Amino acid sequence: MDAFTILNGKAAPLDMINVDTDIIIPKQFLKTVKRTGLGVSAFYNIRYDDNGNELPDFVLNKPEYKGAEILITGENFGCGSSREHAPWAILDMGIRCILAPSFADIFFNNSFKNGILPVVLPQEQIDALMQEAKDNPDALIEVDLEKQTITRGNKFSYEFDIDPFRKHCLLNGLDDIGLTLQKNNSIKDFEDLRKQDKPWI
Amino acid sequence: MPRTLYQKIWDDHVVNKQDDGTCLIYIDRHLVHEVTSPQAFEGLRMAGRPVRKVENTLAVMDHNVPTTDRSLPIEEEDSRIQIETLRKNCEEFGVQLFDLTDKRQGIVHIIGPEQGFTQPGMTIVCGDSHTSTHGAFGALAFGIGTSEVEHVLATQTLIQKPAKNMRITVNGELPAGVTAKDMILAIIGEIGTAGGTGHVIEYAGDAVKNLSMEGRMTICNMSIEGGARAGLVAPDETTFQYLQGRPMAPKGETLDKAIAYWKTLFSDDGATYDKEITLNAADIPPTVTWGTTPEDVISITGSVPAPEDFKDPNKQASVKRMLEYMGLTAGTKIEDITIDKVFIGSCTNARIEDLREVAKIAKGKKVADGVEAMVVPGSGLVKAMAEEEGIADILIEAGFDWREPGCSMCLGMNPDQLKPGERCASTSNRNFEGRQGRGGRTHLLSPAMAAAAAVTGKLTDVRNFL
Ligand code: SF4
Repeated sequence: MDAFTILNGKAAPLDMINVDTDIIIPKQFLKTVKRTGLGVSAFYNIRYDDNGNELPDFVLNKPEYKGAEILITGENFGCGSSREHAPWAILDMGIRCILAPSFADIFFNNSFKNGILPVVLPQEQIDALMQEAKDNPDALIEVDLEKQTITRGNKFSYEFDIDPFRKHCLLNGLDDIGLTLQKNNSIKDFEDLRKQDKPWI
Repeated sequence: MPRTLYQKIWDDHVVNKQDDGTCLIYIDRHLVHEVTSPQAFEGLRMAGRPVRKVENTLAVMDHNVPTTDRSLPIEEEDSRIQIETLRKNCEEFGVQLFDLTDKRQGIVHIIGPEQGFTQPGMTIVCGDSHTSTHGAFGALAFGIGTSEVEHVLATQTLIQKPAKNMRITVNGELPAGVTAKDMILAIIGEIGTAGGTGHVIEYAGDAVKNLSMEGRMTICNMSIEGGARAGLVAPDETTFQYLQGRPMAPKGETLDKAIAYWKTLFSDDGATYDKEITLNAADIPPTVTWGTTPEDVISITGSVPAPEDFKDPNKQASVKRMLEYMGLTAGTKIEDITIDKVFIGSCTNARIEDLREVAKIAKGKKVADGVEAMVVPGSGLVKAMAEEEGIADILIEAGFDWREPGCSMCLGMNPDQLKPGERCASTSNRNFEGRQGRGGRTHLLSPAMAAAAAVTGKLTDVRNFL
């Protein structure tokens, strides 16, 4: 997993609520056995017409938002299934940070495992950022994970909360499994106890 | 200190706790299917890691599988590759697999309980959000992403912080014609699709206690549609009875020991919740969805709402979009909505009890002209049981299409899909745009209501058939 430290990028406003995982990556693309290559299919049903041509109205198709690395969106982003293909597809499009008033739990969790930073901000701040992104598509936004801030020059600066452990892992690009296996002895002890206590498990 | 059921299960599984509250929790059971596992096995292979507890891991193929003749090769190449990949991975890592021709094959959340693999007090995970189903047994069961699937395969643990706790109490008795599915749709209508975010929901009250295991699974299944991490029902005699004699459930002396432990799994008097909601079962009507999120529910006797009926401007905009997508006009009576397809299946409603409900309504009637009605049993064993009980004959006689088990049109990863504009009465759990096929329009409802819709060709109040 790539570390996430400071991101200076364009932000695209995806002004919708309840963007579910079927919208982010429809089922026909879940048949892959790889993690990569899903970017072209992300948001397929709202991004392309029936013949596979780009719909000009879809925000990520607009020339001014091409190459956006930040996505600003509405509440309950990523609701629906547990498919990690959703963050894989978003990452594969080049997006590393998502700003929203709220996220669905599993999507939120999956994002961290893939080096994507999901940031929860109050609705007013999201509204303001959404408007900014619409008015000034080319202006860059700086996301600083260490300082936990989202800024544009002296125009605005918002602070955000993040779980310290997740922050640590993301800043250092750490692999969870490696970390957990350092605790192998505790796991072993737990298993032995459980075997005595609850042999049916 | 009094503890909730959730807290008891959680406490029982903490292997290690960090200063910031992050815990390493032990996972007792891991279910695996073909769509969310290939990248996880690949990760293990690259790192040279084995599966830590093959005996607590069970794999099945369900999402991609055709629901037609199993002896024929799978036509779609990608699906075939995914299925073959699971087969190869299970062989290489020594994981037990219910393969396509195995009688026990079926939807992952149906086979776990059916085999007795799912038991009270356990932690159960699967790379699938509807893992919440297993909470019906008083197990802490939740969906995880593929990275976590790999983490569990390698370590039999997960890194987590405790969730918040919510209790939904449904008092009284459900009226005739109203089922567990109506109850959960009404609950989601009440709390909204994000109402349970960050929470584990415990369902309580007489109306919940009086449900069969099948009914409890239906409500826990859709906890995720209310945004919750998991659903829970405290285990009781109904649970113990259901488990007795199942192939993977404890037996003899061990069973007695297990039951003694299971009986400690309830929320203590005085335990506190972060959120509490109470509903009256008598107020719940047969319920259907009209929009493209599971919170957009309405009584079968109601009418399609208008954007102005909602206060929130964001919701108004989304209602407008939903009506357009669904091809509905505000004010239309729900019972005037005609349908093209009926889908009876999915991990929400494809157990034997669901099929019995369908047969009760369909017996001696015919599927309406122009309607295609498909029944996809949840597992090979459900299918066999339904055939033995004569349910299959009743349904085939009535003109239903009787299929092989799998996820099928719940998400249409296999060839079972809606065409653009087609309208479907579906017993599944998600009515998202494009879920059942691009441009397809889904109305979620109970199996009995789906059967009523099949025979009239319209969304219909099942109470007219009682
Ligand atoms: S039946 Fe539907 S919801 Fe259930 S596991 Fe299969 S695809 Fe998911």
